[in-house]
Amino acid sequence: MNPVHYELSHLETLEAESIHIFREVAAEFERPVLLFSGGKDSIVLLRLAEKAFRPGKFPFPIMHVDTGHNFPEVIAFRDRIVSDIGERLIVASVQDSIDKGRVTEETGPRASRNRLQTTTLLDAIEEHGFDAAFGGARRDEERARAKERVFSFRDDFGQWDPKRQRPELWTLYNGNIRKGEHVRVFPISNWTELDVWQYIATEELEIPSIYYSHERQVFARDGMLYAENDFIELMDGEVPFSESVRYRTVGDMTCTGAVRSTATTLEDVVAEIAATRITERGETRADDRVTEAAMEDRKREGYF
Amino acid sequence: MKAISEMQDNGSVPAPAAAATQNAYAVRRRNSELLRIATAGSVDDGKSTLIGRLLHDSKSIFEDQMEHVVQTSERRGDGYLNLALLTDGLRAEREQGITIDVAYRYFATPRRKFIIADTPGHEQYTRNMVTGASTADVSIVLVDARKGVSEQTRRHMYIASLLRIPHLIVAVNKMDLVNYDEDVFYTILEEVTNWSSRLQIPDITFVPISALHGDNVVDRSDAMQWYGAAPLLYHLEHVVIAQDRNLDDVRFPVQWVIRPMSDSHHDYRGYAGQIAGGVIRPGTKIVALPGGQRTTVAAIDTYKGELEAAFPTMSVALRFTNEIDVSRGDMLVEADDQPTTARELEAHICWMSDRPMSPRGKYAIKHTTRSARAIVEDIEHRVDINTLEHVKADQLNLNEIGRVRLRCSAPLVVDPYARNRTTGSFILIDESTNDTVGAGMIINATS
Repeated sequence: MNPVHYELSHLETLEAESIHIFREVAAEFERPVLLFSGGKDSIVLLRLAEKAFRPGKFPFPIMHVDTGHNFPEVIAFRDRIVSDIGERLIVASVQDSIDKGRVTEETGPRASRNRLQTTTLLDAIEEHGFDAAFGGARRDEERARAKERVFSFRDDFGQWDPKRQRPELWTLYNGNIRKGEHVRVFPISNWTELDVWQYIATEELEIPSIYYSHERQVFARDGMLYAENDFIELMDGEVPFSESVRYRTVGDMTCTGAVRSTATTLEDVVAEIAATRITERGETRADDRVTEAAMEDRKREGYF
Repeated sequence: MKAISEMQDNGSVPAPAAAATQNAYAVRRRNSELLRIATAGSVDDGKSTLIGRLLHDSKSIFEDQMEHVVQTSERRGDGYLNLALLTDGLRAEREQGITIDVAYRYFATPRRKFIIADTPGHEQYTRNMVTGASTADVSIVLVDARKGVSEQTRRHMYIASLLRIPHLIVAVNKMDLVNYDEDVFYTILEEVTNWSSRLQIPDITFVPISALHGDNVVDRSDAMQWYGAAPLLYHLEHVVIAQDRNLDDVRFPVQWVIRPMSDSHHDYRGYAGQIAGGVIRPGTKIVALPGGQRTTVAAIDTYKGELEAAFPTMSVALRFTNEIDVSRGDMLVEADDQPTTARELEAHICWMSDRPMSPRGKYAIKHTTRSARAIVEDIEHRVDINTLEHVKADQLNLNEIGRVRLRCSAPLVVDPYARNRTTGSFILIDESTNDTVGAGMIINATS
């Protein structure tokens, strides 16, 4: 027997690691939930969950925190894909949190519901009694995330304390928690953006149309291109124009920028990502630009 | 920021054309292997510069990340391009200019994808080094050419040996500051070789480098023609790791049982897990431990269909020819090659908590997919990780490593860590705080 045959590619190794994490959580927690945004990373999570549990059903529901400011294409995609795979969807709505007085809507041209999501998310986790929540965060995305564990412990306020993280060795994950606490689990921690795209191409996964190049009315602000939409007020001098763009990340229409692109196929997109010289969050996310530690601060509060 | 332009001028930055070719390669090549690297070191030994150089020269630093480093270096008045800012992600780390944790960095070349677990090198960060080393295929130990083998060098080599990292690269750095002198390099090589004879390191490679100037990092150094071998990155790209996995002993810890009970799969039972050792095929005769039930593998299922063979580290689901009572925590093995089913363990333990480990201390123990409780029967000795001396100890404090005997509340199915890093390792959890407080490597076991 020639050992040379027993080799795995980097995607196969990453996939096996992620499937292992999914099954550990299913076995050790009572009420897990899979957080789904409709973005590329959570689409990969869905496929990994299928690989971990088919021909059985997922031993957890899927939850979307809906800000009400999502791209309509993404919401339509979400509903179709969840129904196609025959799993259960919970929608936690930021609008409901606003209506109940749990949070107050920001105002002005830079208003965003990005930060409000945290309250909606934590309320939903508490309401449903979830003790583990899968998320699609990756360590290559952002500086604070580079230091976060696969099992990221949250206290009963949902807070992350970067200095009190549990050491994580081998493939042994410590999921011990008390009632009221929960763990955020990141099965694709070790994947890079390019890995995610290569996997989507290899698995031929369907993704929302806004990831492909399309003509859209956009305007420029802070060096990014935003879609003209009902949720964002234009400031003086901001004039919408038509441009061929695509999205590199999927977030709210109020804080997610588009990039100029002519990539109309998955191969084009992968080629574009492989050649890019700017990180996805740096290029397309206003929510990370507030301060140097914007992501760390939001994560401490309980953000994704 | 004069230092920045200097560094870029001195460094061997590939031309944009070369980078474009490499990226085009990355698109086509989805079959590259994954290599996990552990590095440890402090600010002064040039570790951040080396990692920065590897990322930079492999075009893995993005423009906005570099801009952030430039701006922050300038604002802090560092006077040089502080590449540590790339890995030090937390506010406290940036404010205090220290690394307090394991940072993971990712880069790729046309041949391989790399994950670097980057940890601080001082003794008070031993637990971080052990964490970073636990999954590594390769360890890079940096030696300052001017200072030679230091206490830190020996410590890093001991941790690499204890954690059984199969490949060690000793990078003798700052060769530019010793005039690229061949004798300096060979003196260090000899000293390290002598020291390593006391350790368990199967493969050691020595490379003389200057991380600052890029000598022998990505490209061969013109200044060190006397060094006939390949640069550091070449070793990282070519070190053979497929043989490091244990393909001899079948070890399959059952994680989860797939039982759809749907109309289409009414009688389906799939025993899911990640293979920890050996090669499993349909027809492989297995024993489930600790119970001892016997059956035969009927099929290896994946989402994409059945496999003819499965091996580490694949995640699969096994079906059996006849039903046996197996659940999470059981280990599937071959009858003629069994691990030890044991309640008494002798192990090296790295202690990770402020609250010391004492004899009679009780902890939760997590080993593969099985959990139990464990009591500390005896602390045989502590290891002075700088001299390797065995020191008598009444307790193990934070960051100390010792040889300990444990008794478990239920039998565990174990191998020596030297034989299998998955079935030979465990963690200890403090049941009052739920913190992970100990990392264990099994030496031997008795029932």
